[in-house]
Amino acid sequence: MQRNLCRSIALTAMATLGSVLSAQAQKNLILATTTSTQDTGLLDVLIPLFEQQTGYFVKTIAVGSGQAMAMGQKGEADVLLVHSPDAEKQFMIDGFGTTRLLVMHNDFVVVGPPADPAGIKTLKSTSAAFQKIAASGSLFMSRGDNSGTHAKEKTLWKLAAIAQDGQAWYQQTGLGMGQTLNIAAEKKAYTLADRGTYLAMKKTLGMAILNEGDRSLQNVYHVIEVNAAKFPKVNAEGAKAFAAFILAKETQESIGKFGIEKFGAPLFFPDAGKPE
Amino acid sequence: MSAPILAVRALEVWRGSIQVLAIPSFTLQPGSVTALIGPNGSGKSTLLQTLASLIEPTAGAICFHGNPLQTRQERYLYRRRVTLVFQESLLFDATVRSNLGAGLKLHDSPRAERAKRVEEAAARFGITHLLDRSARNLSGGEAQRTSLARAFALGPEILFLDEPFSALDPPTREALIDDLARVLRETRTTVVLATHDQLEAMRLADVLAVMHQGRIAQLGGVAEVINHPVDEFVAAFVGMETVLDGMVIACSQGLFTASVGGTHVQALGEEALGAQVRVGVRPENVTLSLFQETCSSALNHFPGTITRIVPKGPYSKVELDCGFFLAALVTARSLEELNLREKSRVIASFKATAVHVLRK
Amino acid sequence: MGLIWEGIKEALRLLFTLDPEVLKITLLSLKVSVLATLVSLFLGIGAGLLIALNRFPGKHLIISLVNTGMGLPPVVVGLFVTIMLWRNGPLGFFEILYTPTAIVIAQAIIATPIIAGISVAALQQLPPNLRLQILSLGATRRQLVWLLVQEARLPLLAAVMAGFGGVISEVGASIMVGGNIKGYSRVLTTATVMETSKGNFDVAIALSLILLLLAFSVNAVLTYLQQRKRPR
Repeated sequence: MQRNLCRSIALTAMATLGSVLSAQAQKNLILATTTSTQDTGLLDVLIPLFEQQTGYFVKTIAVGSGQAMAMGQKGEADVLLVHSPDAEKQFMIDGFGTTRLLVMHNDFVVVGPPADPAGIKTLKSTSAAFQKIAASGSLFMSRGDNSGTHAKEKTLWKLAAIAQDGQAWYQQTGLGMGQTLNIAAEKKAYTLADRGTYLAMKKTLGMAILNEGDRSLQNVYHVIEVNAAKFPKVNAEGAKAFAAFILAKETQESIGKFGIEKFGAPLFFPDAGKPE
Repeated sequence: MSAPILAVRALEVWRGSIQVLAIPSFTLQPGSVTALIGPNGSGKSTLLQTLASLIEPTAGAICFHGNPLQTRQERYLYRRRVTLVFQESLLFDATVRSNLGAGLKLHDSPRAERAKRVEEAAARFGITHLLDRSARNLSGGEAQRTSLARAFALGPEILFLDEPFSALDPPTREALIDDLARVLRETRTTVVLATHDQLEAMRLADVLAVMHQGRIAQLGGVAEVINHPVDEFVAAFVGMETVLDGMVIACSQGLFTASVGGTHVQALGEEALGAQVRVGVRPENVTLSLFQETCSSALNHFPGTITRIVPKGPYSKVELDCGFFLAALVTARSLEELNLREKSRVIASFKATAVHVLRK
Repeated sequence: MGLIWEGIKEALRLLFTLDPEVLKITLLSLKVSVLATLVSLFLGIGAGLLIALNRFPGKHLIISLVNTGMGLPPVVVGLFVTIMLWRNGPLGFFEILYTPTAIVIAQAIIATPIIAGISVAALQQLPPNLRLQILSLGATRRQLVWLLVQEARLPLLAAVMAGFGGVISEVGASIMVGGNIKGYSRVLTTATVMETSKGNFDVAIALSLILLLLAFSVNAVLTYLQQRKRPR
């Protein structure tokens, strides 16, 4: 009795371990990307297509652009899909990537409570809007997580010539875009969001877009292949295949159509082959 | 004397730098019941557990049927042929039946054989009606019966009992001691019993080992040890309360006289004149009277004053000051008849044969 | 309030329609946590036996360490395991970062001290002479261990429950070492965090309810085993 019980437990354990491990057999590709591509659901559409076409198994690690690039710098990711141009350029200069190609863009929007306590709705310039938020001392929620959005936001403060750090009205969540939007909505604060994530979450937020369309709000995504010469374990072939896939005509068309059905407008605009 | 079933030589157990057991030699005859008595901390349990091979001795040898237990395997095989019952029942959380069969199951004995032996053991200890009860719901006495039956079901060649009755209330204990005595007569099992109760030892054992500070102070037949303790410690422990020091002043025809505290005590034995002796008298051998009885065969008479009366069930222990300390055991009835009180003056008498010479 | 109601409705819908995605996530959660619990059961009870049944210098220190380990923060474990499993890290050649196996490892590290700590306490609560009694009934070392485990089975089952409860509800380590990869290493907790951050509160609530239901079912089975009617 006792012996049988022990044996069956051991067998079950081995069988389960086996089944968990078996998923290992395929060729893995680690894609480090930003939360916005996952939270909008874009990758849920693209990745299965890529896996079907190439037979790779993609492990998508959705983190901020900063962390995604940190993973690339350690050779822990094979390919990056990120939106933090300045940091990306530095990444390339430092030799961590072999190619960096434009994939798509959307734009950032400044969102906040519909009542707009700082009164920025009528302003065209984002710099002016930021200055007004600062001047009125209205609460502003920053991602604070070194992500692409965070980098963009810091650039915008700089353009507006505001020293936002340490101000009482300036708070950092340290969380992803979705959660930061939730917190901003809850606290009736302003924040900077990529349009895609905002649209995907619009129904539960109760926030409004209060500033958009400024050239400084452009949000561009690049695909970067991590340098296999620096890290022999990097799957260079897979990275190349992914870059080729995401820049291919059909994929670019899918990107352009993504979101129309659900939100009535596209979330991303394909840019493959266009100049920077 | 037949070959001993168990023999011990130069046995020592140390705990760190403290020697807790030192037994130069000790043997068990087959079928004998040996009681280890002694106060708490005298090393009874340690000796018992060492003999049962549950504690590995620091030095010395234990031979079972003449073969020394040296390797782990030898010790394990030995443990399968003997067993030990503790003061706590230590039953498993299962039915009484599976408890009784637990040891046999460990020995991989066949199911049918096991069932038969379990029934037998249960019947011996009168717990057949409890067999399907959970061991968690037993009274103290029932639990201890189960524990004993579990040991007997194994048919051990030597049974070690470590204070098996001391956690029980008196009536339960009396009944269980009677039953155990009967089972021991029937099975002729070799037993070593550790107890601090000399009455229990007297009822069950034929050999008595008195332990003191990790050593065996005296080993012998029960009557011999009780009546002829070798030293003051054994004397006190077996109930010989009166111990007197004196000097031999006369000796003839197997009778000597010692001067003790100004008076004379007569005792059996040959002692050199002028020798320092220590003698003991058991309280039950001392009689009290109000007047000197001329017809008494007792040679020793001492007038004294009662200092204390300690009731002990149907008896009372009377402590006297006769120029030296003397204890007497009298029945409650005599106490009444003689109208004895503290400070009463009485004559204490005992025979020369009641005086035991102790090792000094 | 409406949100919670929506969540419950969504949970029921996902449950009754056997939504394949949710089913997969639930099964993986169960599989990973059961496996992690089994692994830590062997390691934890083994360690508990070693610690409880042996006398050695530093025993109290070890027990203190184990007891501290019972409160090991999952994110610390997650970070540690991630660093070890990075492909350029010391154990990188296994290539198991961002796999369910990595989650099993991290969760086993979290649960092992819990099970070991409770095991030590359970075994130390047994009467001290029970060990000698079992040996003197003629037990081998293995039989001794088995009987002691049997005698301590009630608190040991509690250890299993504590261990399982600890890992199935854990999110920090799972997300770090598993990566929350869709259809592969996404478990109930990581999916809940993700759906929350996406603002899909109804799905998040549904997933939470399923998690609760799962934890409850497993504990109910274990409790049944523990409290099963015993002979009188």
